[in-house]
Formats: sequence, structure tokens, C-alpha cells
Amino acid sequence: MRHAGAALRPIVTLFGLLLVWWCATRLFAVPSFMLPDPWGVAQALVSQRTILFWSTLTTLSEIVLGLLLGTVLGAGLALLLVFSQRLQRWLMPLLLISQAIPVFALAPLLVLWFGFGMSSKVVMAVLVIFFPITAAFYDGLRRTDIGWLELARTMDASPWAILRHVRLMAALPAFGAGLRVAAAVAPIGAIIGEWVGASAGLGYVMMNANARIQTNVMFAALFVLSVVAIILWVIVDRLLKRLLYWAPDTAAPR
Amino acid sequence: MLQRLTLWYGAQPLFEDLSLVVPGGQFVALLGPSGVGKTSLLKIAAGLLMPKSGSVQASDGRPLAGRIAYMGQQDLLFPWLDVIGNVMLGSRLRRQRPDPARAMDLLDRVGLAGRAAALPAELSGGMRQRAALARTLYEDRPIVLMDEPFSALDTITRARVQELAAELLRGRTALLITHDPLEACRISHHLIVLSGHPARLGVPIAVPGEAPRPPDDPGLLRTQGELMRLLTAGDDE
Repeated sequence: MRHAGAALRPIVTLFGLLLVWWCATRLFAVPSFMLPDPWGVAQALVSQRTILFWSTLTTLSEIVLGLLLGTVLGAGLALLLVFSQRLQRWLMPLLLISQAIPVFALAPLLVLWFGFGMSSKVVMAVLVIFFPITAAFYDGLRRTDIGWLELARTMDASPWAILRHVRLMAALPAFGAGLRVAAAVAPIGAIIGEWVGASAGLGYVMMNANARIQTNVMFAALFVLSVVAIILWVIVDRLLKRLLYWAPDTAAPR
Repeated sequence: MLQRLTLWYGAQPLFEDLSLVVPGGQFVALLGPSGVGKTSLLKIAAGLLMPKSGSVQASDGRPLAGRIAYMGQQDLLFPWLDVIGNVMLGSRLRRQRPDPARAMDLLDRVGLAGRAAALPAELSGGMRQRAALARTLYEDRPIVLMDEPFSALDTITRARVQELAAELLRGRTALLITHDPLEACRISHHLIVLSGHPARLGVPIAVPGEAPRPPDDPGLLRTQGELMRLLTAGDDE
């Protein structure tokens, strides 16, 4: 019964939203170039399926590549920071500056440097992704229980063994929190990159459709993008739950 | 074992010129009010804290490093390792080959043989503390330092784990910090009271009889009374 409820809830929500949307377009007689009705969007989904499919593939590759690179870079950076105090003093201001500059502002430059292809979008996604991972993981690495560290020291553990077997393991839940945020914001980087300048991808389709006032195609692309983002997040969440089987979810009812 | 130690906490000396000898193969309990510096003393002995002056020595003149097992106030089990993985933690940290047969034997002796593959989160407080005891014994060190290891347990569980610890640690040199006069009297050979500012050590009190003693042992009751008198008097300073 609980399983059926869990599956039913999103469907009910979806249909509720579609109904509100449809009623709104009918009730206020909104012209379809401003807000197309759900039927129009569904038609666009079907008629544009080929271009939507290939665009999705492009955008998804950008997001996944960005997520992989950003995670490796972010985790590596956190390890470097915790390993060396001096490095931390030099790198921390740079990290903060990199986040103070909005990616939107950097996008034209990155497209200029890395071209119209996928690489500029991947770089953009990496820029958005690495910081939540670095921040969360670094925090986790620094907050190891002092008792665990002392126990490891009385067991004659080398600093390397303490980092690998104690600090790293203890920081994994924090790393997981960072990765969840990163997975949620990852599409932003790729889409911004495609808006600024691209020859493929969902963002490119949206810009084109916008210029030709094919609002229903824009909505179709947006719909596909949200589905991709949600699926990506669910996959990351599942993987993390498997990795962190030992971390108690104390919010869950027993 | 501990010689002429001085430790300052900020501008205040926690203790000065303090010497404590733990005879080899004996179980010594250290008692005293909170904040008097018992844990600091134990951490100095474990090499986790550096005294301002003084030194920790073994009677045979060899260094203590590598001969000490430490058991803290919390069980400090790693939640990501199963019980047997926690018991063999020392091997993993020293990059040695773990000895699952010996770990299983120890788990059997603390009554956790059936829970070797369980995660610490699935265990009760008493089970966790017994797993921590097995981990301490797996280290197989001649000297065992314990900082109120049983204080978080309920009275009955505590009594059982105490008996187990006294049996399994027999023959090793042990220094136990405790708040509980009954615990000290049940499982140790000597009792020492640490009190005052800066802290001083009292004269060691020998407890008659073989440990673990039953809680109604007359010798134990007499010593416990004496100890209570000392501890309550110490608070006046």
C-alpha cells in the first residue's frame, strides 16, 4: 500500500499541475505564443522528437562529463586543502573569488576560449559543480571525531593511514551532501553555456525556438530537461545511499 | 611508570611534579572529582598529550610506544565497519595482515560471535562496549589504559562488562579511570585518588581478594566505604 502511494503521488501531482495549466490557458485565453496549452506542448514533443532526442544526448553528455570532472576536481581540491595548511591559505581566497563571479558573466568568455562545441559547456558545468563538493567534503574532512583520531594514534597509525581509513571515511556523508547539491545544479552550467553559444543541445533548441516564437517547442525542451535533471538526481541519490549504507538516516521513521 | 609530570591548563597548573607508579601486571583504578585531570594523566600515559615537564617510563627502560592499548569514554566504533572489522582495526591501520581467527575468538569471549557481521548501529550500548573491549584485546598490548569505559552503561550491563574486562585483562598492566567507587573496588588491585588544585595523588589503597569481586564481598564493602570517605572529603579543598 505504501509502495503504491509512493508511485501514485508524483502522478497525481503531475496531473494536477497539467489541469491547472490547461484551465489557466483556457480561462484567461492566453495566446499560445505566450503560454501554449499542454496539448500543444505534447504535439511539439512528438513532432520534434528527433531533434529533441539528439539535443538531449548532447546536453546529458555535457552534464555527466561536467559532474564526473567536477566531482574529481572538487574532491581532489578538498584533499589538497586538508593536507596542507599553506596550500589552504593560498587556495581558499581563489576558490571564494571563483564563486563570487557569476558563471553567467563568465559564459561568453568560456565560449570564446573553448569554442561552440561541448568543451565550453563542460567547463561551465565543472565551475558550477566543484565548489559545493569541495566545500562540503573539506568541511567533513576537518570535522573528524577527535576520539577516533586519538584511538588511531594509539594504534600506531601513520598520518596517511589516518587520512585514508579515518578522516576520509568519516567525511563521506558530507561528501554525499555536496554531491547531491552538485547533481541538482549541474544542468545549470550546461544550459547557460548552450544559451550563450552552441550548435547543439537542449539550450540551443530553446534559444532557436524562442527566436521563432515556437513557444510550445521551448516548453517541450524545458520538459525534457527537467525529466533528465530529476532522473540524474535520483541516480546520484541511489548511488550515495548504497555507498553510505552505514550512515543512519535518523529522519526516517523506524 | 609516570614520573614527575607537570601539566598546565592555560595559566593554571593541573598538576605539578606528580608521579604515579603502576606495578606491572596489576590493575590500578584512578578516582577523583571531575576536572581534576584524570583523563589528561591517562592521555599523557598514552602519548596523546605532552606534559610540560616529566616523562613516562617503563621499568624495563624500553619505550612505551607500541605497547599500549587505549579504551576511551565512548566505544569509538567506526560506523562504516562491521563488528569484526572494528575489532581488527589496528591491523588495518598498521597495514598488517588481519587475523580474523583471533578476532572471532575474542568476539566469542565477549559474547558477540553471532554479531561479527553486524554494523555498530545495530548493537545495544552494552554490545558496543563489549565490541570495543574485544578491539582493545585484539591489540594484545601488555599495558591497557581505560578512561571510564563503562560509564555510559546501565548498572546491570556495567556489572557484566566489568566482570568480563577483569577476567580478560588478567595479567596485563591496566590503569582504569572511573567515577564509580564500586567499579574500582570490584576489578582493581589498587585504588588511587587524585584530588585538589593542583592535583595530588593519594596513598594507594589495596583491595583484598581476587578480582572480579562480588558486589557484596566484605573486603570490597570496607574499601568502598573508606574510598567514599576519601572522595567526599576531597571535595572540601
